[in-house]
Amino acid sequence: MSGSSNIIAMKKVVQQLRLEASINRVKVSQAAADLQQFCLQNAHQDPLLTGMSSSTNPFRPQKVCSFL
Amino acid sequence: MCDQTFMAITFGPCDNCSTTSPLMNIYIKNEPTNYCSFCVEMMACQGLLKGETLASLKNESESLKKKLEEERAKLHDVELHQVAEKIEVVSALSIKTRRVLKGHGNKVLCMDWCKDKRRLVSSSQDGKVIVWDGFTLNKEHAVPMPCTWVMACAYAPSGCAIACGGLDNKCSVYPLSLDKNENLAAKKKSVAMHTNYLSGCTFTNSDMQILTSSGDGTCALWDVESGQLLQSFHGHTADVLSLDLAPSETGNTFVSGGCDKKANVWDMRSGQNVQSFETHESDINCCRLYDLRADREVAVYQKDSIIFGVSSLDFSLSGRLLFGGYNDYTINIWDVLKGNRVSMLFGHENRVSTVKVSPDGTSVCSASWDNTLRVSRALGMPWLLVLYSLT
Repeated sequence: MSGSSNIIAMKKVVQQLRLEASINRVKVSQAAADLQQFCLQNAHQDPLLTGMSSSTNPFRPQKVCSFL
Repeated sequence: MCDQTFMAITFGPCDNCSTTSPLMNIYIKNEPTNYCSFCVEMMACQGLLKGETLASLKNESESLKKKLEEERAKLHDVELHQVAEKIEVVSALSIKTRRVLKGHGNKVLCMDWCKDKRRLVSSSQDGKVIVWDGFTLNKEHAVPMPCTWVMACAYAPSGCAIACGGLDNKCSVYPLSLDKNENLAAKKKSVAMHTNYLSGCTFTNSDMQILTSSGDGTCALWDVESGQLLQSFHGHTADVLSLDLAPSETGNTFVSGGCDKKANVWDMRSGQNVQSFETHESDINCCRLYDLRADREVAVYQKDSIIFGVSSLDFSLSGRLLFGGYNDYTINIWDVLKGNRVSMLFGHENRVSTVKVSPDGTSVCSASWDNTLRVSRALGMPWLLVLYSLT
Protein backbone atom coordinates (compact mmCIF):
# COMPACT_ATOMS: atom_id res chain seq x y z
CA MET A 1 0.00 0.00 0.00
CA SER A 2 2.71 2.42 0.87
CA GLY A 3 4.46 1.69 -2.43
CA SER A 4 1.49 2.61 -4.60
CA SER A 5 0.43 5.61 -2.56
CA ASN A 6 4.01 6.92 -2.73
CA ILE A 7 3.91 6.66 -6.50
CA ILE A 8 0.56 8.40 -6.72
CA ALA A 9 1.80 11.14 -4.38
CA MET A 10 5.04 11.58 -6.34
CA LYS A 11 3.17 11.78 -9.63
CA LYS A 12 1.04 14.57 -8.17
CA VAL A 13 4.11 16.42 -6.96
CA VAL A 14 5.83 16.12 -10.35
CA GLN A 15 2.71 17.27 -12.21
CA GLN A 16 2.36 20.24 -9.88
CA LEU A 17 6.01 21.19 -10.32
CA ARG A 18 5.75 20.92 -14.11
CA LEU A 19 2.81 23.30 -13.96
CA GLU A 20 4.60 25.76 -11.74
CA ALA A 21 7.78 25.68 -13.83
CA SER A 22 5.87 26.64 -16.96
CA ILE A 23 4.19 29.86 -15.79
CA ASN A 24 5.28 33.21 -17.20
CA ARG A 25 7.25 35.34 -14.79
CA VAL A 26 8.02 39.02 -14.68
CA LYS A 27 11.23 40.62 -13.40
CA VAL A 28 11.16 41.92 -9.83
CA SER A 29 12.13 45.41 -11.03
CA GLN A 30 9.06 45.49 -13.23
CA ALA A 31 6.80 44.07 -10.55
CA ALA A 32 8.20 46.45 -7.93
CA ALA A 33 7.68 49.44 -10.23
CA ASP A 34 4.05 48.42 -10.77
CA LEU A 35 3.48 47.94 -7.03
CA GLN A 36 4.94 51.36 -6.37
CA GLN A 37 2.84 53.00 -9.06
CA PHE A 38 -0.36 51.45 -7.70
CA CYS A 39 0.39 52.63 -4.16
CA LEU A 40 1.24 56.16 -5.21
CA GLN A 41 -1.74 56.50 -7.54
CA ASN A 42 -4.17 55.47 -4.83
CA ALA A 43 -2.42 57.18 -1.94
CA HIS A 44 -4.63 60.25 -1.89
CA GLN A 45 -7.71 58.06 -1.64
CA ASP A 46 -6.36 56.19 1.37
CA PRO A 47 -7.85 57.76 4.53
CA LEU A 48 -5.60 55.81 6.90
CA LEU A 49 -2.55 57.14 5.10
CA THR A 50 -3.52 60.77 4.68
CA GLY A 51 -5.85 61.22 7.61
CA MET A 52 -9.34 62.66 7.42
CA SER A 53 -10.68 65.96 8.58
CA SER A 54 -12.49 65.88 11.89
CA SER A 55 -15.81 67.04 10.50
CA THR A 56 -16.23 64.03 8.26
CA ASN A 57 -15.01 61.55 10.85
CA PRO A 58 -18.03 59.76 12.30
CA PHE A 59 -15.82 58.09 14.87
CA ARG A 60 -14.63 61.36 16.37
CA PRO A 61 -15.08 61.79 20.12
CA GLN A 62 -18.55 63.13 20.87
CA LYS A 63 -18.61 66.79 21.82
CA VAL A 64 -20.88 67.80 24.63
CA CYS A 65 -23.49 70.48 23.80
CA SER A 66 -24.74 72.79 26.45
CA PHE A 67 -27.60 75.27 26.33
CA LEU A 68 -26.59 78.78 27.15
CA MET B 1 4.51 -7.18 -6.14
CA CYS B 2 4.33 -7.61 -2.39
CA ASP B 3 1.03 -6.66 -0.82
CA GLN B 4 1.75 -4.87 2.42
CA THR B 5 -0.52 -4.98 5.48
CA PHE B 6 -2.96 -2.15 5.88
CA MET B 7 -5.85 -1.29 8.17
CA ALA B 8 -9.14 -1.95 6.42
CA ILE B 9 -12.26 -0.16 7.59
CA THR B 10 -14.50 -1.70 4.95
CA PHE B 11 -14.92 -5.27 3.75
CA GLY B 12 -16.94 -6.05 0.70
CA PRO B 13 -16.97 -6.19 -3.09
CA CYS B 14 -14.30 -4.09 -4.79
CA ASP B 15 -15.64 -1.28 -7.01
CA ASN B 16 -13.31 -2.39 -9.80
CA CYS B 17 -13.00 -6.18 -9.85
CA SER B 18 -15.95 -7.13 -7.60
CA THR B 19 -14.01 -9.66 -5.55
CA THR B 20 -14.96 -9.60 -1.89
CA SER B 21 -11.94 -8.54 0.17
CA PRO B 22 -10.74 -5.87 2.60
CA LEU B 23 -11.11 -2.53 0.82
CA MET B 24 -9.07 0.66 0.80
CA ASN B 25 -11.03 3.94 0.82
CA ILE B 26 -9.43 6.13 -1.81
CA TYR B 27 -10.43 9.23 -3.77
CA ILE B 28 -10.36 9.17 -7.57
CA LYS B 29 -10.97 12.64 -9.02
CA ASN B 30 -12.55 13.72 -5.70
CA GLU B 31 -14.99 10.79 -5.77
CA PRO B 32 -14.69 8.37 -2.85
CA THR B 33 -14.33 4.76 -4.01
CA ASN B 34 -13.39 1.47 -2.44
CA TYR B 35 -10.79 -0.67 -4.17
CA CYS B 36 -9.19 -3.88 -3.04
CA SER B 37 -5.46 -3.63 -2.52
CA PHE B 38 -4.62 -5.48 -5.74
CA CYS B 39 -6.60 -3.02 -7.87
CA VAL B 40 -4.93 -0.10 -6.14
CA GLU B 41 -1.50 -1.48 -7.05
CA MET B 42 -2.58 -2.12 -10.65
CA MET B 43 -3.99 1.38 -10.95
CA ALA B 44 -0.82 2.96 -9.60
CA CYS B 45 1.31 1.16 -12.16
CA GLN B 46 -1.03 2.00 -15.01
CA GLY B 47 -0.63 5.66 -14.08
CA LEU B 48 3.06 5.39 -14.81
CA LEU B 49 4.24 6.10 -18.30
CA LYS B 50 6.80 3.87 -19.96
CA GLY B 51 10.00 3.73 -18.01
CA GLU B 52 8.75 5.71 -15.02
CA THR B 53 9.51 4.34 -11.61
CA LEU B 54 9.41 5.87 -8.17
CA ALA B 55 13.11 6.67 -8.45
CA SER B 56 12.79 8.40 -11.82
CA LEU B 57 9.85 10.46 -10.55
CA LYS B 58 11.87 11.49 -7.51
CA ASN B 59 14.72 12.58 -9.76
CA GLU B 60 12.41 14.53 -11.98
CA SER B 61 10.84 16.31 -9.00
CA GLU B 62 14.28 17.26 -7.66
CA SER B 63 15.41 18.64 -11.01
CA LEU B 64 12.13 20.52 -11.48
CA LYS B 65 12.47 22.10 -8.04
CA LYS B 66 16.01 23.21 -8.89
CA LYS B 67 14.86 24.61 -12.22
CA LEU B 68 12.05 26.54 -10.47
CA GLU B 69 14.53 28.09 -8.06
CA GLU B 70 16.85 29.07 -10.91
CA GLU B 71 14.03 30.64 -12.91
CA ARG B 72 12.84 32.58 -9.89
CA ALA B 73 16.37 33.72 -9.04
CA LYS B 74 17.02 34.96 -12.59
CA LEU B 75 14.31 37.54 -12.20
CA HIS B 76 15.55 38.76 -8.86
CA ASP B 77 17.37 41.77 -10.24
CA VAL B 78 16.49 44.29 -7.55
CA GLU B 79 14.85 44.52 -4.11
CA LEU B 80 11.50 46.26 -3.63
CA HIS B 81 12.84 48.67 -1.05
CA GLN B 82 15.62 49.71 -3.42
CA VAL B 83 13.08 50.65 -6.07
CA ALA B 84 11.13 52.53 -3.39
CA GLU B 85 14.09 54.58 -2.16
CA LYS B 86 13.20 57.59 -4.25
CA ILE B 87 9.63 58.00 -3.03
CA GLU B 88 8.61 60.09 -0.05
CA VAL B 89 8.52 58.63 3.41
CA VAL B 90 5.05 58.08 4.86
CA SER B 91 4.22 61.14 6.92
CA ALA B 92 3.61 60.62 10.61
CA LEU B 93 0.38 58.73 11.08
CA SER B 94 -2.10 59.81 13.69
CA ILE B 95 -4.11 56.62 13.88
CA LYS B 96 -5.83 56.29 17.23
CA THR B 97 -8.43 54.02 18.75
CA ARG B 98 -11.82 55.68 18.45
CA ARG B 99 -14.16 52.94 19.65
CA VAL B 100 -13.84 50.00 22.01
CA LEU B 101 -16.49 47.31 21.57
CA LYS B 102 -17.08 45.44 24.80
CA GLY B 103 -19.56 42.67 25.27
CA HIS B 104 -17.97 39.35 24.48
CA GLY B 105 -17.51 37.06 27.44
CA ASN B 106 -14.33 35.49 26.21
CA LYS B 107 -11.56 35.82 23.58
CA VAL B 108 -12.69 37.41 20.33
CA LEU B 109 -11.35 35.17 17.59
CA CYS B 110 -12.49 36.71 14.35
CA MET B 111 -14.29 39.72 12.91
CA ASP B 112 -15.49 41.02 9.58
CA TRP B 113 -16.76 44.35 8.27
CA CYS B 114 -20.06 44.82 6.50
CA LYS B 115 -19.96 46.57 3.11
CA ASP B 116 -21.92 49.48 4.64
CA LYS B 117 -18.64 50.37 6.45
CA ARG B 118 -20.24 50.71 9.85
CA ARG B 119 -21.43 47.29 10.90
CA LEU B 120 -19.15 44.51 12.08
CA VAL B 121 -19.63 40.89 13.00
CA SER B 122 -17.39 39.26 15.57
CA SER B 123 -17.15 35.75 16.96
CA SER B 124 -15.77 34.55 20.22
CA GLN B 125 -14.54 31.59 22.22
CA ASP B 126 -17.68 31.79 24.34
CA GLY B 127 -19.71 30.60 21.36
CA LYS B 128 -21.43 33.91 20.63
CA VAL B 129 -21.48 35.80 17.36
CA ILE B 130 -22.36 39.49 17.72
CA VAL B 131 -23.29 42.00 15.03
CA TRP B 132 -22.32 45.54 16.11
CA ASP B 133 -23.01 49.01 14.80
CA GLY B 134 -19.50 50.46 14.90
CA PHE B 135 -20.63 54.08 15.20
CA THR B 136 -23.10 53.76 18.07
CA LEU B 137 -21.61 50.67 19.77
CA ASN B 138 -25.07 49.10 19.60
CA LYS B 139 -25.23 45.33 19.57
CA GLU B 140 -27.71 44.65 16.81
CA HIS B 141 -27.80 40.88 16.94
CA ALA B 142 -26.32 38.21 19.19
CA VAL B 143 -26.38 34.62 17.96
CA PRO B 144 -25.46 31.74 20.24
CA MET B 145 -23.58 28.98 18.45
CA PRO B 146 -23.79 25.35 19.57
CA CYS B 147 -20.00 25.13 19.85
CA THR B 148 -17.29 27.14 21.55
CA TRP B 149 -14.28 28.56 19.68
CA VAL B 150 -16.09 30.14 16.79
CA MET B 151 -12.94 30.73 14.80
CA ALA B 152 -14.34 32.22 11.65
CA CYS B 153 -17.07 34.66 10.79
CA ALA B 154 -17.96 36.64 7.71
CA TYR B 155 -20.49 39.25 6.63
CA ALA B 156 -22.40 38.70 3.40
CA PRO B 157 -21.84 41.34 0.69
CA SER B 158 -25.52 42.30 0.82
CA GLY B 159 -25.37 42.82 4.58
CA CYS B 160 -28.31 40.47 4.99
CA ALA B 161 -26.57 37.43 6.38
CA ILE B 162 -23.57 36.28 8.36
CA ALA B 163 -21.62 33.05 8.22
CA CYS B 164 -19.68 31.50 11.07
CA GLY B 165 -18.14 28.27 12.22
CA GLY B 166 -15.41 26.73 14.30
CA LEU B 167 -15.04 23.56 16.32
CA ASP B 168 -18.35 22.25 15.02
CA ASN B 169 -16.54 21.57 11.68
CA LYS B 170 -19.33 23.37 9.86
CA CYS B 171 -19.96 26.77 8.39
CA SER B 172 -23.50 27.99 9.07
CA VAL B 173 -25.25 30.94 7.48
CA TYR B 174 -27.72 33.04 9.50
CA PRO B 175 -29.97 35.47 7.63
CA LEU B 176 -30.19 38.74 9.59
CA SER B 177 -33.66 40.04 10.12
CA LEU B 178 -34.73 43.54 11.05
CA ASP B 179 -37.00 42.16 13.74
CA LYS B 180 -34.98 42.26 16.95
CA ASN B 181 -37.13 39.71 18.68
CA GLU B 182 -36.71 37.06 16.08
CA ASN B 183 -34.67 34.07 17.11
CA LEU B 184 -31.81 34.03 14.62
CA ALA B 185 -30.57 30.65 15.73
CA ALA B 186 -33.77 29.04 14.45
CA LYS B 187 -33.09 30.17 10.89
CA LYS B 188 -29.60 28.71 10.80
CA LYS B 189 -28.53 27.01 7.61
CA SER B 190 -25.60 24.58 7.63
CA VAL B 191 -23.65 25.08 4.46
CA ALA B 192 -20.18 23.60 4.76
CA MET B 193 -19.12 20.30 6.28
CA HIS B 194 -15.48 19.59 6.94
CA THR B 195 -13.80 16.78 8.79
CA ASN B 196 -11.96 19.12 11.12
CA TYR B 197 -12.37 22.61 12.58
CA LEU B 198 -13.30 25.55 10.38
CA SER B 199 -10.48 28.09 10.42
CA GLY B 200 -11.73 30.66 7.92
CA CYS B 201 -14.74 31.52 5.83
CA THR B 202 -15.62 34.28 3.41
CA PHE B 203 -18.41 35.00 0.96
CA THR B 204 -17.33 35.34 -2.65
CA ASN B 205 -18.66 38.28 -4.64
CA SER B 206 -22.26 37.34 -3.89
CA ASP B 207 -24.32 35.93 -1.05
CA MET B 208 -24.64 32.68 -2.95
CA GLN B 209 -21.22 31.13 -2.47
CA ILE B 210 -18.94 30.63 0.50
CA LEU B 211 -15.28 29.73 0.53
CA THR B 212 -14.04 27.89 3.62
CA SER B 213 -10.71 26.70 4.97
CA SER B 214 -10.34 23.98 7.51
CA GLY B 215 -8.02 22.17 9.88
CA ASP B 216 -8.46 19.11 7.69
CA GLY B 217 -6.00 20.66 5.21
CA THR B 218 -8.48 21.57 2.50
CA CYS B 219 -10.37 24.60 1.29
CA ALA B 220 -13.78 24.32 -0.30
CA LEU B 221 -16.28 26.37 -2.27
CA TRP B 222 -19.95 25.83 -1.38
CA ASP B 223 -23.31 26.87 -2.75
CA VAL B 224 -25.24 28.51 0.09
CA GLU B 225 -28.73 27.67 -1.10
CA SER B 226 -28.25 23.95 -1.59
CA GLY B 227 -25.26 23.36 0.68
CA GLN B 228 -23.57 21.58 -2.20
CA LEU B 229 -19.79 21.35 -2.51
CA LEU B 230 -18.88 23.13 -5.75
CA GLN B 231 -15.11 22.73 -5.66
CA SER B 232 -12.55 21.44 -3.23
CA PHE B 233 -8.91 22.46 -3.05
CA HIS B 234 -6.37 19.85 -2.00
CA GLY B 235 -2.68 20.50 -1.73
CA HIS B 236 -1.83 21.67 1.75
CA THR B 237 -0.15 19.01 3.83
CA ALA B 238 -1.28 20.45 7.17
CA ASP B 239 -4.09 22.58 8.67
CA VAL B 240 -5.13 25.55 6.55
CA LEU B 241 -5.44 28.53 8.87
CA SER B 242 -6.46 31.43 6.67
CA LEU B 243 -7.69 32.44 3.27
CA ASP B 244 -8.36 35.58 1.26
CA LEU B 245 -10.00 36.27 -2.10
CA ALA B 246 -8.35 38.21 -4.90
CA PRO B 247 -9.76 41.74 -4.81
CA SER B 248 -10.92 42.08 -8.39
CA GLU B 249 -14.61 41.51 -9.11
CA THR B 250 -13.89 39.23 -12.03
CA GLY B 251 -11.07 37.52 -10.20
CA ASN B 252 -11.28 33.80 -9.73
CA THR B 253 -8.37 33.18 -7.47
CA PHE B 254 -7.79 33.07 -3.76
CA VAL B 255 -4.82 32.44 -1.51
CA SER B 256 -4.67 30.14 1.51
CA GLY B 257 -2.03 29.84 4.22
CA GLY B 258 -1.37 26.71 6.19
CA CYS B 259 0.64 25.13 8.98
CA ASP B 260 2.85 23.56 6.31
CA LYS B 261 4.38 27.08 6.01
CA LYS B 262 3.04 27.43 2.47
CA ALA B 263 0.91 30.10 0.90
CA ASN B 264 -0.96 28.60 -2.05
CA VAL B 265 -2.77 30.49 -4.80
CA TRP B 266 -5.76 28.60 -6.23
CA ASP B 267 -7.94 28.89 -9.31
CA MET B 268 -11.53 28.71 -8.02
CA ARG B 269 -13.01 27.21 -11.14
CA SER B 270 -10.62 24.35 -11.72
CA GLY B 271 -9.49 23.68 -8.16
CA GLN B 272 -5.91 23.86 -9.38
CA ASN B 273 -3.08 25.13 -7.23
CA VAL B 274 -1.50 27.68 -9.56
CA GLN B 275 1.30 29.06 -7.40
CA SER B 276 2.91 28.17 -4.13
CA PHE B 277 5.22 30.17 -1.85
CA GLU B 278 7.26 28.58 0.86
CA THR B 279 9.91 30.81 2.41
CA HIS B 280 8.58 31.13 5.94
CA GLU B 281 10.76 29.45 8.53
CA SER B 282 9.08 27.98 11.62
CA ASP B 283 6.48 30.04 13.44
CA ILE B 284 5.68 33.26 11.75
CA ASN B 285 7.04 36.39 13.46
CA CYS B 286 7.62 38.31 10.28
CA CYS B 287 5.41 39.28 7.35
CA ARG B 288 6.46 38.46 3.83
CA LEU B 289 5.27 39.99 0.59
CA TYR B 290 5.10 37.72 -2.45
CA ASP B 291 4.59 39.18 -5.90
CA LEU B 292 2.37 36.88 -7.98
CA ARG B 293 3.69 37.98 -11.36
CA ALA B 294 7.34 37.73 -10.35
CA ASP B 295 6.47 34.52 -8.52
CA ARG B 296 8.72 35.20 -5.56
CA GLU B 297 9.11 36.90 -2.24
CA VAL B 298 9.86 40.60 -2.70
CA ALA B 299 9.88 41.97 0.83
CA VAL B 300 10.11 40.90 4.46
CA TYR B 301 8.74 42.98 7.32
CA GLN B 302 10.53 42.17 10.53
CA LYS B 303 12.55 43.68 13.33
CA ASP B 304 14.87 42.08 15.86
CA SER B 305 12.82 43.64 18.64
CA ILE B 306 9.71 41.80 17.48
CA ILE B 307 9.85 38.30 18.85
CA PHE B 308 6.17 37.42 18.88
CA GLY B 309 4.25 35.96 16.01
CA VAL B 310 1.79 37.68 13.70
CA SER B 311 -1.70 36.27 13.77
CA SER B 312 -3.42 38.41 11.19
CA LEU B 313 -2.76 41.18 8.70
CA ASP B 314 -4.48 43.49 6.24
CA PHE B 315 -3.50 46.17 3.73
CA SER B 316 -4.76 49.75 3.72
CA LEU B 317 -6.80 50.84 0.71
CA SER B 318 -3.87 52.02 -1.42
CA GLY B 319 -1.71 49.10 -0.37
CA ARG B 320 0.95 51.37 1.08
CA LEU B 321 0.35 50.39 4.71
CA LEU B 322 0.33 46.88 6.15
CA PHE B 323 -1.36 46.36 9.52
CA GLY B 324 -0.18 43.32 11.43
CA GLY B 325 -1.74 42.01 14.64
CA TYR B 326 0.89 40.47 16.90
CA ASN B 327 0.86 38.15 19.89
CA ASP B 328 2.64 40.81 21.97
CA TYR B 329 -0.71 42.68 22.11
CA THR B 330 0.29 45.38 19.61
CA ILE B 331 -0.44 46.22 16.01
CA ASN B 332 2.57 47.17 13.91
CA ILE B 333 2.03 49.33 10.85
CA TRP B 334 4.57 48.74 8.07
CA ASP B 335 5.40 50.76 4.98
CA VAL B 336 4.88 48.13 2.27
CA LEU B 337 7.23 49.70 -0.27
CA LYS B 338 10.11 50.80 1.91
CA GLY B 339 9.94 47.91 4.36
CA ASN B 340 10.21 49.87 7.60
CA ARG B 341 7.79 50.09 10.50
CA VAL B 342 5.86 53.35 10.43
CA SER B 343 3.85 53.20 13.62
CA MET B 344 2.38 51.03 16.34
CA LEU B 345 -1.07 50.78 17.89
CA PHE B 346 -1.35 49.94 21.57
CA GLY B 347 -4.31 49.31 23.78
CA HIS B 348 -5.15 45.64 23.69
CA GLU B 349 -4.49 43.69 26.85
CA ASN B 350 -3.99 40.36 25.19
CA ARG B 351 -3.11 38.88 21.79
CA VAL B 352 -4.55 40.46 18.71
CA SER B 353 -6.38 37.73 16.82
CA THR B 354 -7.73 39.53 13.75
CA VAL B 355 -7.01 42.84 12.02
CA LYS B 356 -9.23 44.12 9.19
CA VAL B 357 -9.41 47.40 7.33
CA SER B 358 -12.93 48.66 6.61
CA PRO B 359 -14.25 48.50 3.01
CA ASP B 360 -13.88 52.27 2.52
CA GLY B 361 -10.38 52.25 4.03
CA THR B 362 -11.18 54.77 6.76
CA SER B 363 -10.87 52.53 9.79
CA VAL B 364 -9.05 49.46 10.96
CA CYS B 365 -10.66 47.09 13.45
CA SER B 366 -8.71 44.74 15.68
CA ALA B 367 -10.15 41.83 17.64
CA SER B 368 -8.30 40.47 20.63
CA TRP B 369 -8.13 37.78 23.27
CA ASP B 370 -8.85 40.52 25.81
CA ASN B 371 -12.57 40.13 24.87
CA THR B 372 -12.78 43.49 23.07
CA LEU B 373 -12.62 44.94 19.59
CA ARG B 374 -11.04 48.29 18.84
CA VAL B 375 -11.81 50.49 15.87
CA SER B 376 -9.02 52.90 14.99
CA ARG B 377 -8.98 55.79 12.62
CA ALA B 378 -6.57 58.42 11.34
CA LEU B 379 -6.99 62.11 12.00
CA GLY B 380 -5.89 64.82 9.67
CA MET B 381 -5.31 67.56 12.17
CA PRO B 382 -4.98 66.34 15.74
CA TRP B 383 -4.41 69.76 17.28
CA LEU B 384 -7.85 70.98 16.22
CA LEU B 385 -9.46 68.29 18.40
CA VAL B 386 -7.56 69.55 21.44
CA LEU B 387 -8.98 73.03 20.80
CA TYR B 388 -12.54 71.68 20.70
CA SER B 389 -12.16 69.97 24.04
CA LEU B 390 -10.80 73.10 25.71
CA THR B 391 -13.64 75.42 24.73
